[in-house]
Amino acid sequence: MNIEALIASTVDGLMLGFVFGLMAMGLTLIFGVMKVINLGHGPLIAIGMFAVLVMSQSLGINPYLTLPVIIVIGLLTGIVMYFVALHRVINSPELTTLLATFSVNMMITGLMTVIFSTSPRGLDVTLGSLQFGRVTILGTRVAAVVIAVVVTVALYFFLYRTRQGKSIRAVANNRGAAELMGINSSWVLGLSFGIGAMLAMISGMLLATMFSFTVLTGNALETKSFVIVVLGGLGNPTGALFGGIIIGLLESITTIFVPVSWVPVLEFVVFILILLVRPNGIFGARSS
Amino acid sequence: MILSVENVSKRFGGLQALDKVTLSVKEGEIFGIIGPNGAGKTTLFNTINGVYPPTEGRIKFRGEDVTGLPPYELSKRGVGRTYQVVRPLGELTVHENVTVGACFGRENLPLEKAEKVADEVLEFVGLVARRDMLASKLNVAQKKRLEMARALAARPILILLDEVLAGLNPQEVGDMLGVVRKIREQGVTIIMIEHLMHAVMNLSDRVFVLDYGAQIAEGTPQEVSNHPKVIEAYLGDPEVAKRFLEGTSS
Amino acid sequence: MKTLKNISFWLLLLVIAAAAIVPIVQGNVSMREDAFYILMLVILASSTNIIMGYTGYVSFGHIVFFGTGGYVAFYLMQTFQWHFVLAALVGGFAASLLAFLLGNAVLRLRGAYFALATIGINEAVRSFVSNFEPLGGSIGMFFNFSMYDAYSGAKNAGQLAYYAMAVLALMTIAASFLIKKSKFGLGLMSIREDQDASMVLGINPARMKVITYTISAFFPAIAGAIFFFKNGLIEPGPAFELHRSVEALVMVMLGGFGTVTGPIVGAVVYERLRSFLITSETFSNFHLVIAGAMLLLIVLFVPAGLVGWLRLRFAAVRRYLE
Repeated sequence: MNIEALIASTVDGLMLGFVFGLMAMGLTLIFGVMKVINLGHGPLIAIGMFAVLVMSQSLGINPYLTLPVIIVIGLLTGIVMYFVALHRVINSPELTTLLATFSVNMMITGLMTVIFSTSPRGLDVTLGSLQFGRVTILGTRVAAVVIAVVVTVALYFFLYRTRQGKSIRAVANNRGAAELMGINSSWVLGLSFGIGAMLAMISGMLLATMFSFTVLTGNALETKSFVIVVLGGLGNPTGALFGGIIIGLLESITTIFVPVSWVPVLEFVVFILILLVRPNGIFGARSS
Repeated sequence: MILSVENVSKRFGGLQALDKVTLSVKEGEIFGIIGPNGAGKTTLFNTINGVYPPTEGRIKFRGEDVTGLPPYELSKRGVGRTYQVVRPLGELTVHENVTVGACFGRENLPLEKAEKVADEVLEFVGLVARRDMLASKLNVAQKKRLEMARALAARPILILLDEVLAGLNPQEVGDMLGVVRKIREQGVTIIMIEHLMHAVMNLSDRVFVLDYGAQIAEGTPQEVSNHPKVIEAYLGDPEVAKRFLEGTSS
Repeated sequence: MKTLKNISFWLLLLVIAAAAIVPIVQGNVSMREDAFYILMLVILASSTNIIMGYTGYVSFGHIVFFGTGGYVAFYLMQTFQWHFVLAALVGGFAASLLAFLLGNAVLRLRGAYFALATIGINEAVRSFVSNFEPLGGSIGMFFNFSMYDAYSGAKNAGQLAYYAMAVLALMTIAASFLIKKSKFGLGLMSIREDQDASMVLGINPARMKVITYTISAFFPAIAGAIFFFKNGLIEPGPAFELHRSVEALVMVMLGGFGTVTGPIVGAVVYERLRSFLITSETFSNFHLVIAGAMLLLIVLFVPAGLVGWLRLRFAAVRRYLE
């Protein structure tokens, strides 16, 4: 077996894993704070992808410079989504919030299909590559990992060092008690949803720099996000990051041994096993 | 002895919730369990009716070792239970709630017979007027009665009442005590956890006192209320100590 | 049992049967095709309701049984020339077996975890079948046209499939009704309201949930077998299309979950609305958007669904519309 191929795969999988982790972090954060599984997660990723596409192709902006715009779009979309679809039913049984977020999925996917059709799109991004012996590392991958790590660190700083972040953690822990201490929990929930959406969109942007995509790619990635989130522990952002890395590695390394088409089978079997054997995930479920 | 609890201990991680609790309950008696908050009373109930098994010890019901059996097995053997924080089946009507009890309890009745039994039990507890209301729409006192009715519909041999009087005003307390007395008249053995001293002291044949998961006294209400350890456990609340003495003298 | 003496039971079956006969009597094939599809949706929605509406366990991946029944039956017909009815029945039992085996494990999970697990199961089966050559892999399987000779030709086979689907729909509705009004059904709804309290009342939730899940898998599986028999072609994508499960959920919510007539009403309304939107010039591109908006409005404002809302408001309705 080719050692270099193994190393190349491992490195690639690791880097991709960081981006996957970022992608899943938004989903797990939302669950941790308000116990809602956001079935609209996929379209949010897709919005990120198409936003960077439109801005770089139609406005000629360097894809990486669109990051601030994506952050703003993400926050706003998430907040609006929360207040329109979830605010009224946030205390209802799980099925209600599942269907509410799913309805948003349907609406966004439908709208995007009308605007962009389902044809595959791609960004033309090259950042050169680094060579280590016979192992090549693409510049785009490196950039993606760097941005993913920076965003993750920023998120942690926000959650643990700022007042807003602390109120989010308070609400996640015990909403009633937080309200008694004067925290406007509805705004906190809206903000949390906004952050979750933002993370999804940023990951979409990063993925768009690496792969081609369609309006439906988001939904496929949503399923992958579920796997990662459960693996890492529902509600646990660090777990999501590590879960993403595990999935990234799993995907890259197993393709050396089995045909690519078997990889999803493997992933879903792992998914079901985790749910049955250790539903709290490898790193433990958390209320943020 | 209809129920015997032998050296039952229960640990939750580092917390010793029950410590070698031993007691036995005679058939047909009203057995009271009292103790400060957090003493482990509800935990004891949970081990008896199977919500979780004890870490150590055995529980025997009518001579059969039932330690660690799940709640539905206890229910089928004739052990009923009410919850301290009531748990009505909200989206079902009052009548349907009680029918569930009759269907799946000891007698395991078919649907039609169970519905008739449910009507009888509703009469017994005084909830007939609310028969077709959704359970979630009742007030606290009515929900407590529903809880009782549901447990009674299964025709239990032993019933565990967990603070049935909590949250009721004096009028409602009196009514509920009346229902408890009627249950005893039917020959059902009752174990009741209560904080309302005058009630439990008046009603019980024997009383068992728990503090920090361990037994500190057992005996008739008079014996227990004069017991130095019991008074000490409640000493932080002189009002309660006073009520002890008032309760046993009436 | 008492339900068989209940007039609403027979009335409902009669209405459905009468509606199903109309396209045959009128000799209108395109109407029959529409009806075929609607009946299938009714079956999917009703069986989703059996697990979701009665026990509260949301089976997001319920479509896996549709695909399983379809594939098992197709394989038996293709390879061993079995009659489609027999093959369909075996498909049904295969799916029930799958539900039984998986159910024991996944029904231990609560709420969101269960929903996710059902998605995982569907995706796992779909990706497995896509790779499994004996079942055609990613290309799937298709009938030789001569396959329909045993049924006097493709046209006649289409008619037979219609009858089969109609009979299956009646069976599913009957089962749904019988379960709801039985002691078993009461136990399920008790589990839905409060599983722990139910245990104290003498109910064994694990056993009842597994039985329900097993039953709820039988009907969509046979529907899948009939559908793909008529289609003549089965592929992993359409057989295990997750979107269809969610559509079934929407239909149940639209009509009213936990009721017998709710899923029927939901299926009909959803299907009519959808075909109107798709064929209308202004709306066709937006059908997904409109469906999504509709779902959101129901979830936010009328969570009990059409039938559910009627039952809450009008006591008379409650007696006749289960």
